[in-house]
Amino acid sequence: MSRIFVAGLGAVSPAGWNVAALREALDKGEPLPTQPLERPGWEKPLRARLVPNLAVRPGFLAHPRLRRASPITHYVVATALEATAGLRANQNPKHRLGLVVCLQSGCVNYSCRFFEETLQDPATASPLLFPETVYAAPASHLAAVLGNISLATSLVGDPAIFLQGVSLGAQWLEENRVDACLVVGAEEANWITSDALWHLEHSAVITAGAGALCLCRNPEWSAGVELVAITDVHTYSTRNSRMQAARAMRGQLGKSSPRELLCDGIGSSSRVDAPELAAWHDWTGPRLSPKQILGEGLMAGAAWQCVAACDAVAGGQFTAASVSLVGSNQQAIGARFKAVAQASRL
Amino acid sequence: MLFPTTTPPQTPRVVITGAGIITALGAGWKSNAEGFRTGRTAFRPVTLFDVSRQRAKQAAEVDLPAVLPQTGLGARQIARLDRADSLLLLAAHEAWRQSGWEPAENLPLVLGTTAGGMSFGEDYFRQAVQTPRNHRRQPTRAVNYQPQVQARMILDALDCNGPITIVSNACASGSNAIGHAWELICYGRAERALAGGYDALCGMVFSGFDALQALSTTICRPFDARRDGLALGEGAAVIALETLESARRRGAVILGELIGYGTAIDQHHLTQPHPQGNTTLTVMKQACATAGVTPDDIDYINAHGTGTVLNDSSEALAISHWAGRRAATLPVSSTKANIGHLLGAAGAVEAVICLMTLREQWLPPETMFETPDPACNFPVVHKLQDARVNVVLSNSFGFGGVNASLIFRRWA
Repeated sequence: MSRIFVAGLGAVSPAGWNVAALREALDKGEPLPTQPLERPGWEKPLRARLVPNLAVRPGFLAHPRLRRASPITHYVVATALEATAGLRANQNPKHRLGLVVCLQSGCVNYSCRFFEETLQDPATASPLLFPETVYAAPASHLAAVLGNISLATSLVGDPAIFLQGVSLGAQWLEENRVDACLVVGAEEANWITSDALWHLEHSAVITAGAGALCLCRNPEWSAGVELVAITDVHTYSTRNSRMQAARAMRGQLGKSSPRELLCDGIGSSSRVDAPELAAWHDWTGPRLSPKQILGEGLMAGAAWQCVAACDAVAGGQFTAASVSLVGSNQQAIGARFKAVAQASRL
Repeated sequence: MLFPTTTPPQTPRVVITGAGIITALGAGWKSNAEGFRTGRTAFRPVTLFDVSRQRAKQAAEVDLPAVLPQTGLGARQIARLDRADSLLLLAAHEAWRQSGWEPAENLPLVLGTTAGGMSFGEDYFRQAVQTPRNHRRQPTRAVNYQPQVQARMILDALDCNGPITIVSNACASGSNAIGHAWELICYGRAERALAGGYDALCGMVFSGFDALQALSTTICRPFDARRDGLALGEGAAVIALETLESARRRGAVILGELIGYGTAIDQHHLTQPHPQGNTTLTVMKQACATAGVTPDDIDYINAHGTGTVLNDSSEALAISHWAGRRAATLPVSSTKANIGHLLGAAGAVEAVICLMTLREQWLPPETMFETPDPACNFPVVHKLQDARVNVVLSNSFGFGGVNASLIFRRWA
């Protein structure tokens, strides 16, 4: 068994385009303001928390592969560049980087635009849009931008699969197939994802962005955080309810301690949150619920939970942090990270 | 726990004890084996959606059976199944029945798909824009659109539970799913796993390939100098993988052995392969290295062979470079000539075709193939051909650049 460390973190969220902005919003503890999102055919707009536009166009957007890429790709690239900044500054460029991109809704903006064009007249539907609709597009663009990604995959599922992505990255490192592995969770928002969420839970507010963990085996590359455990996958089924799955996940993560943070997925709905609340009802330690501040980021939300947990540990606020992911329709899974001495070179 | 884990002291051999397949050639091993052996093609005018304003008019549609097999699904679940669900269920049920496995609580299910429940997504969008105040069935569509919900349906149908992994690396998804399941077993994460791929034809995807002018308006002829594009199809395939020890313990019938897997990403372009097939070369080498074989040991290649100008020339160059002198006698064909490109299902369906060649000792011909592309310095199988087949390699490549190769060995 190898030890797996976190070499870097990245985040794009409605709070801004880096981890510092995410940290600031979470520290403040107040829900971010919402923006109206026009819903065709409805007088009243939907509400969303969108990623703010940058005052200055980031340099990476000059890359030819990103000229037509959709917002989700921009978020993925920005988080990846932030998460690998330390590695790229210190590492041999020939080192092999793995990439796992996790998505739930994926490239919805171009999918909607392309399907709308198809419904109007398929003969004139844009050939430029279609390739950008596939789940694999963000990973492909990122691989082209970074240039040293040797192994890549895109996983689709409910937000709890983000930790399966982390587990896969750890596996690739253990098997020595890569020297570092980026695990990214990302989503983009538009009226259709907001509409779909509204149909499932009226009180939820859609948001967008991405979060990334860069994993490594080399302790010298560590940013002060080590992956300690990822629980089993507890898949929902006719015999295993969401409540039971959440409890089983909690059972594998152990008891609370006053110096350990719980970063959970509790949002704004007592109905949706009930299984996770019940699973952690006896938790007496500090707790952070990013969804209450940022909104429903789907896969990006799961990634932000992990980023926030690791950031709190890396910053010395806590000696360890647990992450609880109770997904919407697939599984519950949890993880634990702990502090290690930060390597001086990073 | 998913982490930390322990790696077994010795890498287990992984065998296939169940295979399910449904394509436009039919449902099940027997009808597909007969179709592929004789080189039957299954294209016809599209009936599932309107293609009157598209360049291409044909695809390989599946005739779904009127009655689905008896499974653990209830009437309400069955009523909600869409076309992709049904394809997946039929393939999974056949593989499950053939494997002789019992229901289990920790069975990994690894599936590849590009579109998942796209028909639900299309219906959702249409209703949302055409009758925006009508909310009927929209919550159900919003949920069932998601591929993990389809995967859960399969586990329910088989009375199982276990971790679900959905791989979406475009047209390499099916091969990557099987490769991922193989790795789960090789590295001691599971003793057995169910893996495969599925995709149903849908208007949006057809329109996408048509807009790219990637669809043939004549005949799909992979590796032919006159090729003018791919043809779309639909289907699903699922295989049951387990350690050799587990299969022997149960006295299971072994259909073949999965001995090698390679995967990497081509950074050249979102939709076009590197002209020299660099990444294809890499994954074929990787697969051979993990299998412990050389090109001389390979008896047949089931190529990705879409029938597009760019894919086939790039793949042909890679095969030629990789195989060296062996290329001159190495039989290659693409079964996309028979059933079209099945996208997320392609790699899994082609894996089952490879098992057929190993079990039944024939090579699938491209009967429409006439004039070899100059880049092909290998023989393209185009006539009915019995052959001695011990080791076969299957290639799959996807939009986005993920390439994958699988190597199977005959079990005798």
